[in-house]
Amino acid sequence: MPVDDSAKGKTFPAHEYEVGREKIKEFAFAVGEDNPVYFDRETAQAAGFRDVPAPPMFAVVYSAGAMGPAIFDPEVGMNFMAMVHGGQEFVWGEPVCSGDTISTTAEVKDISEKDGKGFYVFESVSTNQDGREVVRGTWTNIVRGV
Amino acid sequence: MNEGDSIPELRVTPDKYLPHRYAGASGDFNPIHIDPELARQVGLPGNILHGLYGMAQVARANAAAAGGDPRALRRLTVQFRGMGMPEQEITVSGTVKEAQGGRVVVDTVAEQGGNQIIRNAQAELQPR
Repeated sequence: MPVDDSAKGKTFPAHEYEVGREKIKEFAFAVGEDNPVYFDRETAQAAGFRDVPAPPMFAVVYSAGAMGPAIFDPEVGMNFMAMVHGGQEFVWGEPVCSGDTISTTAEVKDISEKDGKGFYVFESVSTNQDGREVVRGTWTNIVRGV
Repeated sequence: MNEGDSIPELRVTPDKYLPHRYAGASGDFNPIHIDPELARQVGLPGNILHGLYGMAQVARANAAAAGGDPRALRRLTVQFRGMGMPEQEITVSGTVKEAQGGRVVVDTVAEQGGNQIIRNAQAELQPR
């Protein structure tokens, strides 16, 4: 049976996330980032940032609120018991700093089938309070036995 | 950074409770990452690392290779493969594939105990 791709092109409402210094610190600590720019405002400003910057992979934190509803959408219909996160891409733009408000939208970019597996590709686009793009994410989930 | 150069290897051993800290930091509390019993019930050897934690190690190795400035990392694409486990060393290594006009492309892998946990990773850097 071919995979149901009727949700292809579906978009989800923008989700806003306010970036805070303590959350950046928590994330940097968890992933082992030790650059002092993530922990100290003066060091960050001396390096040319407006405030403490978020590590690049902090993109997962501010994107999550937009990606959750897309991934769990019943029209997309992924079988979570058979799903793995197959691939991920981020393309970074303007740095994200403490104090920013990041708005993220998500879209079902593609649903296809190959060798009995379903490939569900989502795109997220995150912009800051000035409308500048901070990250574009491509999230690929693979579902076995579709 | 020139074509064919290796980037400095990054070695990190996530401790037993790392998946819990990463769950809190990222918001991903999928029980396969934090509950060894449940993980075994669904056929895994134990609770497994978050794939995106592994990607963060690949990001760190590449940013470090470009001088440590997070703005140097412009793009990173990865494929998640074998499962990563806590309490085993992860090694991230990479080779410069292209270097021209201030833009460097690095092919990267992350492996643990001989298994590639992230493969076909490609980073685009603009060293500052």
